[in-house]
Amino acid sequence: MTEPQTIDVSKLPTYAFGHRALTWWATWSMIFMEGTMLAILVVSYFFLRTAVPQWPPAHTDPPYLLWGTINTAIILVSFVPNHLAKKAAESLDLRGVRLWMIVTLVFGFAFAAIRILEFKALNVRWDQNAYGSIVWFNMGFHTAHVLTDIADTIVLIVLMYVGPIEGKRFVDVSENSIYWNFVIVIWLLIYAVIYLGPRVL
Amino acid sequence: MSQSMSQTDQSAHAGKLTAANEAIERRVLEQTWGDKPGLWGALTSINHKTIGKRFIVTAFAFFILGGILSLLMRIQLARPENHFLGPDLYNQIFTMHGTTMMFLFAVPIMEAMAVYLVPLMVGTRSIAFPRLNAFGYWIYVFGGIMIYVAFVLNVGPDAGWFAYVPLAGPQYSPGKRVDFWAQLITFTEVSALVVATELITTIFKLRAPGMSLNRIPLYVWSVLVMAFMVFFAMPTIALASTSLILDRLVSTHFFNPAEGGDPILWQHLFWFFGHPEVYIIFIPATGFVSSIIPTFVRRPVFGYTALVLSLISTGFIGFGLWVHHMFAAGLPRMGESFFTAATMMVVIPSGIQIFCWIATIWAGRPIFKTPFLFALGFFFVFILGGMTGVMQASVPLDLQVHDTYFVVAHFHYVLIGGAVFPIFGAFYYWFPKFTGRMLSEAMGKLNFWLMFVGFNLAFFPMHYLGLKGMPRRVYTYPALAGWASLNLLATAGGVLLALGVLTFIVNVFVSRRRGALAGDNPWNAATLEWATTSPPPSYNFFRLPTVAGRDTLWVQPEDQPVIVGLRTDVRQVLVTKMLDAEPDHIEEFPKPTIWPLLTALAATGLFIASIFTPWAVVWGSIPVGIALIGWFWPKEKQKDERPPEEVKENVAKQDDAYLEEVA
Repeated sequence: MTEPQTIDVSKLPTYAFGHRALTWWATWSMIFMEGTMLAILVVSYFFLRTAVPQWPPAHTDPPYLLWGTINTAIILVSFVPNHLAKKAAESLDLRGVRLWMIVTLVFGFAFAAIRILEFKALNVRWDQNAYGSIVWFNMGFHTAHVLTDIADTIVLIVLMYVGPIEGKRFVDVSENSIYWNFVIVIWLLIYAVIYLGPRVL
Repeated sequence: MSQSMSQTDQSAHAGKLTAANEAIERRVLEQTWGDKPGLWGALTSINHKTIGKRFIVTAFAFFILGGILSLLMRIQLARPENHFLGPDLYNQIFTMHGTTMMFLFAVPIMEAMAVYLVPLMVGTRSIAFPRLNAFGYWIYVFGGIMIYVAFVLNVGPDAGWFAYVPLAGPQYSPGKRVDFWAQLITFTEVSALVVATELITTIFKLRAPGMSLNRIPLYVWSVLVMAFMVFFAMPTIALASTSLILDRLVSTHFFNPAEGGDPILWQHLFWFFGHPEVYIIFIPATGFVSSIIPTFVRRPVFGYTALVLSLISTGFIGFGLWVHHMFAAGLPRMGESFFTAATMMVVIPSGIQIFCWIATIWAGRPIFKTPFLFALGFFFVFILGGMTGVMQASVPLDLQVHDTYFVVAHFHYVLIGGAVFPIFGAFYYWFPKFTGRMLSEAMGKLNFWLMFVGFNLAFFPMHYLGLKGMPRRVYTYPALAGWASLNLLATAGGVLLALGVLTFIVNVFVSRRRGALAGDNPWNAATLEWATTSPPPSYNFFRLPTVAGRDTLWVQPEDQPVIVGLRTDVRQVLVTKMLDAEPDHIEEFPKPTIWPLLTALAATGLFIASIFTPWAVVWGSIPVGIALIGWFWPKEKQKDERPPEEVKENVAKQDDAYLEEVA
């Protein structure tokens, strides 16, 4: 019997960034599913809107713009440190990763704190009418994402201090940044639907 | 491929590998990849074959439970004005039957088979994210246990498997029955979504070198399409069931028309998931058929490309059909016409698939073993179901038979024909790989004919009963209706069908110990799972294979290259490029761990407690968070560390501070 030829892979790298990494596929899987959920939420919002003559219903003001708009500005600016953290991770720059992840986290905390004020300024309760229910559902959906990403970021920052520092941990930081970008993008959509929609459309 | 071939060291390793060396290396690999012994080993296992087998057995157990429920219904309906079951219990039973078969059997069994088979078929050591895989199993089984405990305690759901509002809403379904249903959806959708993630990643990134996209086995293509459909369908139902439970628990008004809500929204959301769900079940089943047919007619499948494109287009069109479940809801005429056309359009890819299979059989030399019989049974039964499907695409006919037994007949022909027959064929086909022993052919044939005759006796009369006006979901009917004899016939058919399933179970128990030894490749099939021993070792392949053509084992030369250079003492897996499957890098996979089980337990606590108080979502997320952090927390440093090229370049640009710190 002929012996098989061999292909030696022992010199290949042990981690990689971007779409070469397995975790990148998991992150984008998450984004696909959550993106589908958001799409369905927005469609449901407009579906319910078509069922009633007035939107928001009579005696209900649309959400006050102040806190939501401030939060939109905060989350937009957070793109910068988040992106710098990603870039630092991709060149294994540990100090850069620590710095920019902490800055991103501070933005995350600020956003979450103002989110409490946002809920107070929605001008509707979830159990008041279907409009209130879908507004709260959209806001709750986004808040859950903010909180989970804050928790992820804290865990990663701690790991970046206590170690072990290894290549794949930097890949995790890079993936975490992609996910925060997703949280930013879906907020822009939700902001447009909930805050601007009732005023503009 | 050409690049990596140039790395091939023609002489160094070849020849040196003595049998003694191989035995030692195999022992090391077994130590690295095997489960730990005992109960602890069982609870911490993350091996895709251990989890896959568990998943298959559990899903089959739910199939038996769902089947028993259907027999209870058939006994109740065997004669008019029967009092074997009361109306309330009957409602719970038909709801549990549908819920079990769809959420706890059909989708999970398709995922379970894929979890076991896909890593073998693409030639790798493990499924991607093996811990997530263990979590996906545990969360599924806990959900199933929850709903059956609720059922036994007389809080089983009773509003139908699609839980239409307003019936399922707070006003008409007080108590906790529907809440358990809604949370079961959460359990099973989480499981389906994580498994879909693993499968997509495995198929795109862990294929054997040389297995470019146009050489992927058709079954693996079908799993890929299924997994993508799961991504777009399951979030919808998770969202819908959450809205329902919010309406019921915290008085939101999504489906309450008095406060601006709309029950039709539920129907849209449910069927935007529910119709793709049928294809999530059917598409991998066509993958089984595409695996079985070439093997048993001894020739490559006809029209590989056409079959792949049909799978993908079915996946797309499957999302454009949902409104045909809602023709009776009074939607605008234009919309109805659109969905009639879309429904008829989905017949085109299905037709292409069936003609490709017929052409394959026509040009081959068929061997009528049990798996092939089940594939033929699939043709007969599924095509009949497809025919009644086309009929119901027409709005006037659909309105006539809506909510009658005609619909019951139709979807059982589609689902049992389109999924259960292929899955039994798949059991017979891959049982030798799972266990190392063949199932008995004689009992297999008995099994097939009992199921085939029993099925048609049970369900064909229902077409006629439906046309004669017998409605669905009635617990009994008056003698004057004239439905008694056909119902009795259906019950007799149901008993035969059950005997067929019983024959299968006996066959499994007998053959598992006393069946003929299978050897590596008892059917002389072409795909990679048959290139390893039966059952496969924990590490799947001693040397990871490479692939020279589509029907791998039929076309590869004797000196087809194998992969060397992966460590045997560490769980190293070769990651390849998405399109051409060239070797890209090596990833170290995690070791067995208890955390996925603990996370599933914590999540179960959260899901069940949230049926009783919304605050459970807040407090329950603390143990879930702790479990996830414990899961993620690195226990030891990775054994090898070789950065990719571009990182080396980036790092060279920095000062040396980083390198000092890391060192």
